[in-house]
Amino acid sequence: MRAVLLVARHVFKDSVRDKVLYAIVAFALVLMATSFLIGQLTAGQDVKIIKDLGLAAMSLFGLFIALFIGIGLVAREIDRRSIYAVLAKPIRRHEFIVGKYLGLVATLAINLIVMTAAYYVVLAYMRWTLSPAALAGQPPATDPRLLIGVAMIGAELALVTAVALFWSTFSSSALLSAALTAGLWIAGQFGSDLRNLGQVVKSPVAAGVGRALYYLLPNFAAFDVKAQVVHGLPIGAAYIATTLLYGIAYAAMLIAAAVMIFSRRDFK
Amino acid sequence: MDAIRIEGLTKHYSVGFWRPRRYTALDHLTLRVAEREVFGFLGPNGAGKTTTLKLLMQLMFPSEGTAEILGKPVGDVSVRRRIGYLPEHPYFYENLTAEELLSYFASLFGYHGQERAQRVSRLLDDVGLGAERRFQLRKYSKGMLQRVGLAQALINDPELVFLDEPMSGLDPIGRAQVRDLILTLRDRGVTVFFSSHILSDAEAICSRVGILAAGKLAAAGSLTEIVPFKIHGWDLVVGGAPQALLDELTGGGATVTRISDDRYRLLLSDAAAPDAIVGRVSAAGGTIVSLNPLRKTLEDFFMAQVGQTAARHFD
Repeated sequence: MRAVLLVARHVFKDSVRDKVLYAIVAFALVLMATSFLIGQLTAGQDVKIIKDLGLAAMSLFGLFIALFIGIGLVAREIDRRSIYAVLAKPIRRHEFIVGKYLGLVATLAINLIVMTAAYYVVLAYMRWTLSPAALAGQPPATDPRLLIGVAMIGAELALVTAVALFWSTFSSSALLSAALTAGLWIAGQFGSDLRNLGQVVKSPVAAGVGRALYYLLPNFAAFDVKAQVVHGLPIGAAYIATTLLYGIAYAAMLIAAAVMIFSRRDFK
Repeated sequence: MDAIRIEGLTKHYSVGFWRPRRYTALDHLTLRVAEREVFGFLGPNGAGKTTTLKLLMQLMFPSEGTAEILGKPVGDVSVRRRIGYLPEHPYFYENLTAEELLSYFASLFGYHGQERAQRVSRLLDDVGLGAERRFQLRKYSKGMLQRVGLAQALINDPELVFLDEPMSGLDPIGRAQVRDLILTLRDRGVTVFFSSHILSDAEAICSRVGILAAGKLAAAGSLTEIVPFKIHGWDLVVGGAPQALLDELTGGGATVTRISDDRYRLLLSDAAAPDAIVGRVSAAGGTIVSLNPLRKTLEDFFMAQVGQTAARHFD
């Protein structure tokens, strides 16, 4: 466990100095700030638009971080041969993989916290500047339930990171790993469509394939509760717990598969 | 006890996508390296040196054969506490400084706090990077990365150190420093296994060598066994010698070649008496620039062995 934490701390230290990370976070913060201007253009919908755009920015730019830095977890290490010196140290391959994963999840968590803080600053400013009449009939501007949405984004990104890690354990190409991860993320947004494919196609084979893919592919759409938290609609605690458990189980399965592949891999 | 024991180590690769063929990178290598010796693992590019080192470091898994390091199978993680490894063309995390990188590696060996800081500092000074320790590695030259690589290989005071082309990317001063470092390690009782294709480096520091060609061990032994110290002639360079003396020496069997205006190289047979010839040159008003024995070098042996080894084939 000590080796896992050492690798995780190292990944965190290395990642937080990555210029790509700063560029992504800066862009996300700029987008949140500009959402304030967009809100000004739509009378009566200001706060809702800012809430929507803010959560969407966190989700999208978090995905970019998971992709651009996550693929470097292993693929870039192999590509640049920095892995040789590490694996010759007293560390087992599974400790290396798990440490890499936890390090990036920690990096993502810190970035999500920074973006959330900026998000609430913008929302607090809106509450302060807008008249009570403008806010009447809406959920509070700084609604704490928005944090449920943020937590679900965090869980989704942790799963995306596990997908990126999985691909990068058997592909030496960082670009290919990124493409495969992005592809799976897009496919995972259509979970319910795949499950209900039988209602729109007549072929039982196609319906069966759709249903099989629904169970096989990670269902990223399940983590999307942005609409509910923005409109202040209730979300069942059971749904949140089940979705989080699903994310943990799926990520654990991917990491286990990544460890199995990585443990047998030759570094040519 | 042997520091390294390799038995029939073999590695096949599959080459080609549509019609994969088996390519043998290492072919039944059997080798022993004794404790406290400096062993030079020599061979041309593509001979299988790096493959051997990767198999020993478990960066690859063998197709056949076994290997032991310090009496334990190579797969035993505990043995890695006692060894160091410098990969070929090392590359490290570019966002970290040399100090941070070494601290990370030191912590993997269980070093903490003051002990870790002192160890890192001493090693960076030893490899000549004391002043650049807080520069990010992205700003390092190839030679500087090689030095960081050497420092990380020694972070745990290893009993056995594997160096893959340690002189690569270094300038003449850097190469001399690495040679001195290897000799210092030897004096401390560390076993050094290093691969190289630069024979003069091996000849200067190795007690034993193995020559690998096309994946097979072509020869192994001590330098005195491989290259006996037998003089087969003399190389004499003189300046200002009169033409009559040069003609006389040519008549006596010497091969005379003009180097510059009044400077000549004389190749003398082993039967010639160099002392007497040096005396005659001096007496005739000439000066002696250099006098060196001609003997079989490791390079001669290497070229003969590598040339004899059949080209590697695909199955």
